[in-house]
Amino acid sequence: MPAKLTANDTNGIQVTLKRGGHSPYNSQFSALNSQFNPYLQTVISVANLSYAFNDAVALRFPDFEVVQGDHLLLTGQSGSGKTTLLHLIGGLRRNYKGSIRIDNTELSSLTSSTIDRFRGGRIGFVFQRNHLIPALTVEDNLRMAPYLAGIPIDDARVDQLLNRLDLTHQRQKRVHQLSQGQAQRVAIARAVLNRPAIVVADEPTSSLDDNNCRRVIDLLLQVAGENSSSLLVATHDRRLMDRMKKQIILS
Amino acid sequence: MNLVFLVWQYLKFRPLTTVLNILLLGLGIAVITIMVLSNLQLQRNISRNAQGIDLVIGAKGSPMQLILSSIFHVDVPTGNIKIRDAERFAKGALVKQSIPLALGDSYRSFRIVGTDKRYAGLYSAELAQGKWWTRSMEATLGSVVATRTGLKTGDRFSSAHGLTSGGHEHDEQTYQVVGVFAATGSILDELILTNIESIWQVHDLWTAADQQRSQQDTIPLLTRSPIVPVIMRGDSVREITSLLIQYRSALGAVQLPRIVNSNSTMQAASPVFETARLFSIIGSGADLFLAFAYLLILIAGISIFIALYNSLRERRYDMAIMRTMGASRIKLFVAVLVEGIVMSVAGSFAGLALGHIALAAVPFWFEQTEKAGITGWYFHPFELILVSGSALLGVVCALVPAVEAYRTDISDILAENN
Repeated sequence: MPAKLTANDTNGIQVTLKRGGHSPYNSQFSALNSQFNPYLQTVISVANLSYAFNDAVALRFPDFEVVQGDHLLLTGQSGSGKTTLLHLIGGLRRNYKGSIRIDNTELSSLTSSTIDRFRGGRIGFVFQRNHLIPALTVEDNLRMAPYLAGIPIDDARVDQLLNRLDLTHQRQKRVHQLSQGQAQRVAIARAVLNRPAIVVADEPTSSLDDNNCRRVIDLLLQVAGENSSSLLVATHDRRLMDRMKKQIILS
Repeated sequence: MNLVFLVWQYLKFRPLTTVLNILLLGLGIAVITIMVLSNLQLQRNISRNAQGIDLVIGAKGSPMQLILSSIFHVDVPTGNIKIRDAERFAKGALVKQSIPLALGDSYRSFRIVGTDKRYAGLYSAELAQGKWWTRSMEATLGSVVATRTGLKTGDRFSSAHGLTSGGHEHDEQTYQVVGVFAATGSILDELILTNIESIWQVHDLWTAADQQRSQQDTIPLLTRSPIVPVIMRGDSVREITSLLIQYRSALGAVQLPRIVNSNSTMQAASPVFETARLFSIIGSGADLFLAFAYLLILIAGISIFIALYNSLRERRYDMAIMRTMGASRIKLFVAVLVEGIVMSVAGSFAGLALGHIALAAVPFWFEQTEKAGITGWYFHPFELILVSGSALLGVVCALVPAVEAYRTDISDILAENN
């Protein structure tokens, strides 16, 4: 029996999609975005997407689009393919079937050498664990983002973000000298430093208590909003359900 | 921010591992540096000190001892030879030049050499101050002697019997310093030169009457000694230590040593042959040290490989994160290679520094190494080969970890760690 997928938006429209099938609701869901945001650019467009791990049964994903500044929650149980979908969108996994367009660029058209730079300039990642580079200071962790993406380092931007996230006094500290909250803020700052079109967050709040969960999601929404970045959050954390504009439930 | 900065931060993050690897490689490089540079300096100085000397004639005994004492002034002479006997070989169709040496006394461990001006000419000596010796008991000092003893023109000093300090002092006869040579970079810098008559005078073989006769120049030209022209040919009393011979032609090399060794009470020793023999003796010991050094470098290479490999395993997630930020596979591959190269090149520089410091320090403990002209300030293109070789070693050691970094599957790592 095919797995079910549900799409939902904050206006209360509930959409149930069948995996593997091209439901008429797919186009209805896409149309919702353009209906409400007719002048905004589509930054993510997924169509007919499926991915197989070696010989395993293919995961099939719904068609959807995300426009500039949109916030989308990918939710579902463990193993439902949330992280896989994020990795596919981020170009971390390839050899998929179907279409993924980021900023009007079909990911499959990029070579393995060009996709790295493409990803570095357009997508910022935030993970459940902060995963900062322990050998570097806070400031150098930030400066590394544009360096690795091949973008000129904007020191003013680094200063502004450190100041914005209340990390100015921590800039010369090493990662192990930071509190969990500070480290999470550095990870968020690093993700948005290059002003990416998309910020992708994989289980950013799963290990946090309610207070910290609220702070992190507030911060993600704020800094993504300040940069007009679209925010894509994959989580099974139900506390985020009412915080995002749109949701896709993978089941 | 650049790749070298990133690599440097990682190396700094593991200071103990980094320093130990650098030291381990540095020790191997230092031993090689010491062995090779001291060998090169020794060869250079031997050829410089032996220039213009094809054969040494002296008392029978060890030929190597004769060479070491008469050319390099690091061993005691085999004995003395009669002037009368040496005169047979001082001139002739086979000999272009013969320079007599009379050894046996010293001043504060610096050897006093009775000879003539041609000896200083072998080393292209020039005066830095004063003049050449002209009369008995006048001395001209090598530059190192003047610096170390503080003697200057006009000063007087007493010689001591023997070639090391502590011998009986000839207080009754004092030398006067009349000049100081400019530095030549040869053994001459460590010698006190005077005429042969001075040596005889100190040992009561040259009297005031002899001195007076020599000044009056009364000896007929044909009867003068070809070695020391102020005495008569065939003197059976006075002695010298050795005769430094320069051949007139290649024929001399074939005939003269055989004639001396078979038809006299003296021996002839070839500097080229004896120094080659010396190097072959030293060489077997040096080979052992070099083998030890190569073993150290091999261990250091393995250690760098293990350090990089382990560090890479610890940093798999760092690498995956870097890939999410746009780092290409090639960039991570190069980063690991650069890390290996930085560590090994740092090791080579540390080794070169250690080697030079050791070579500079050795003369403080072993005086003979200074006489052999070994210094820490000698540099040779071979050191560039050592640095390049170390960089290559770094590449080899880092290659497997770098390939691992290149093949990092970011998605799997991120999935398993998130």
